[in-house]
Amino acid sequence: MDAFLQFVFSGLTVGAVYALVALGFTIIYNASDVVNFAQGEFVMLGGMITWFAHDAGLPLWAAALIAIALTSLVGVALNKLAIEPARGAPVISIIIITIGASILIQGAAQLVFDKQIHRYPAFSGDAPIEVMGATILPQSIWVILGALAVFVALWLFFTRTLMGKAVLATANNRLAAQLVGIDTGGIMTLSFALSAAIGALAGVLVTPITLVSYDVGVALALKGFAGAMLGGMGNPKGALVGGLVLGLLEALTAGYLSSQYKDAVAFIVILGVLFVMPQGLFGKTAAERV
Amino acid sequence: MTIRTTTALLTCAAIAAAGTAGAEIRLGASLSATGGAAFLGDPEAKTLEMLVEQLNEEGGIDGEEVELILYDDGGDPNQARTFATRLIEDDEVVAIIGGSTTGTTMSIASLAEDEGIPFISLAGAIQIIDPVREYVFKTPHTDRMACEKIFEDMQARGFTTIGMISGTDGFGASMQAQCKEVAGDYDIEIAADETYGPQDADMTPQLTRIRNTDGIDAILNPGFGQGPAIVTRNYSQLGIDTPFYQSHGVASDAFIELAGASESEGVRLPGTALLIADLLEEGDPQREVVTSYNDAYREQYGEAPSTFGGYAHDAFLLMTNAIREAGSDDPDAIRDALEATDGLVGTTGTYTMSEEDHLGLDLSAFRMLEITDGGWSSVE
Repeated sequence: MDAFLQFVFSGLTVGAVYALVALGFTIIYNASDVVNFAQGEFVMLGGMITWFAHDAGLPLWAAALIAIALTSLVGVALNKLAIEPARGAPVISIIIITIGASILIQGAAQLVFDKQIHRYPAFSGDAPIEVMGATILPQSIWVILGALAVFVALWLFFTRTLMGKAVLATANNRLAAQLVGIDTGGIMTLSFALSAAIGALAGVLVTPITLVSYDVGVALALKGFAGAMLGGMGNPKGALVGGLVLGLLEALTAGYLSSQYKDAVAFIVILGVLFVMPQGLFGKTAAERV
Repeated sequence: MTIRTTTALLTCAAIAAAGTAGAEIRLGASLSATGGAAFLGDPEAKTLEMLVEQLNEEGGIDGEEVELILYDDGGDPNQARTFATRLIEDDEVVAIIGGSTTGTTMSIASLAEDEGIPFISLAGAIQIIDPVREYVFKTPHTDRMACEKIFEDMQARGFTTIGMISGTDGFGASMQAQCKEVAGDYDIEIAADETYGPQDADMTPQLTRIRNTDGIDAILNPGFGQGPAIVTRNYSQLGIDTPFYQSHGVASDAFIELAGASESEGVRLPGTALLIADLLEEGDPQREVVTSYNDAYREQYGEAPSTFGGYAHDAFLLMTNAIREAGSDDPDAIRDALEATDGLVGTTGTYTMSEEDHLGLDLSAFRMLEITDGGWSSVE
């Protein structure tokens, strides 16, 4: 029993990391149908900038705020310099641009920061919390709470605010959105800034667990992307559930079957789900897009 | 020393008289200073640049300056091959140092072998020198030796049943295979054999499985990068009290910093003398070379040198020593002098090469270290 609970704790920890990354994909996707493959780099920047600012003597909270602010600026720059000039290009071209941006950001991080692996202290210490024989680190709870908070904020944003609806309208039909007075260019900039901020927040929260170096972005983005696809791209609820399910699948496979197969089993399940439900668990159906 | 200087002067005079003296000795290097293996190639490149500068300030080899031609292959074996070709054909180097990874080493090795250029690799795999290639040498000890050193220590402590948790990256997978091969020689049974991906964030399920396996005396974690640090933190999180061993892949101060001092307390691993430069005793044969490299590197780059930089240091030492001994910069003469290396003290160990052994280190080159109070201590 304590073993099962330990596997669940591990799954929740890893799953919350995936979920946080997956949530970052939703805004840009909702605004433009583009899957931003540079999302993982935002996570990396969040962790790296926080480490450097903290190492330079700033308190952790200030370092984290700086990291989130700077990463948002990188997001805005990405939109202004690479995405906007390509306006009108097919979605697939823009996705490829984001892959290029990802490589560029990674290379720049290597030069601006360094090539070492870093970690800063966990927010509430490293003493494990024991529950019925299994243990979980306080930082895992921070990550889980962070994922929940971002989920709630996104859900409110898309369903309760005019700005959120403007984002959705821009994705649906850019011309029509412009005709009703939505500043679609501004919406795109905003969505990149917000996505980058969410990515950076994820980086700030997960670094004490996953550690950070200039090259962690790609692997995180892939797992987050898999979680988002499983849950349904663009739906915050899907990102949260998809990420957590992916993490739990991996941990339970590693615990009960074999650690050799944990990634394979997770991806087989994802493929299985997508065969039956191509839109993911909570994705909207594609009928409207004909 | 006087004798050597005299011979050096004589050789120098002889070469000058013969009129064959080039302006300088051209030494080539292809390292992975950027890319996935940058943590290896970066300190290696810095070390070579520093040592060449030092050597030339002191008058070079027998009065001839050494020119280092260094390329960054980014860890890509194809690039390494291209650069090795360029080094041999265009830059006309007399010898090559490099190959930060086993992959890049292998592509340079076949070329060096064909062209008859002496080559010292900085990569770990035993395949580089076994079977022996005429022109290929290496400085780091092999994975197999690390396994043997660890098992020796386990045997001394009376452990017979162990659990392994290995990274699936090249280093972890290779060492896992080597350890399984030699475990029998030390009457050690591997009762649990778990793996994790190099980018995984939590390994508590694997460790829980090992903990729940009957009769485990110790846990061994071959791997490098962030994996071992996370495994160590999970090990501490779960409150496991079985003795814990890491590999030489994480033998650096950065590991203690990443894993945390209290989390890594009591962890043992085989490391080189470089790691405990301050702890070496007065009469230790490696004390001088280790201390001088350590001080010079710290002064130049403001950070502690890593074991990997030490490999490059030793390769450079072996190569310049061989060129000096050979008394010429003819590749074949350098090769013969390399093979005749006898008792050369480096940061990694004391090298004695032979026709059958192009590594020249034995198990004594490793020191079993234990992490205590956030620092290293020797258990021997």
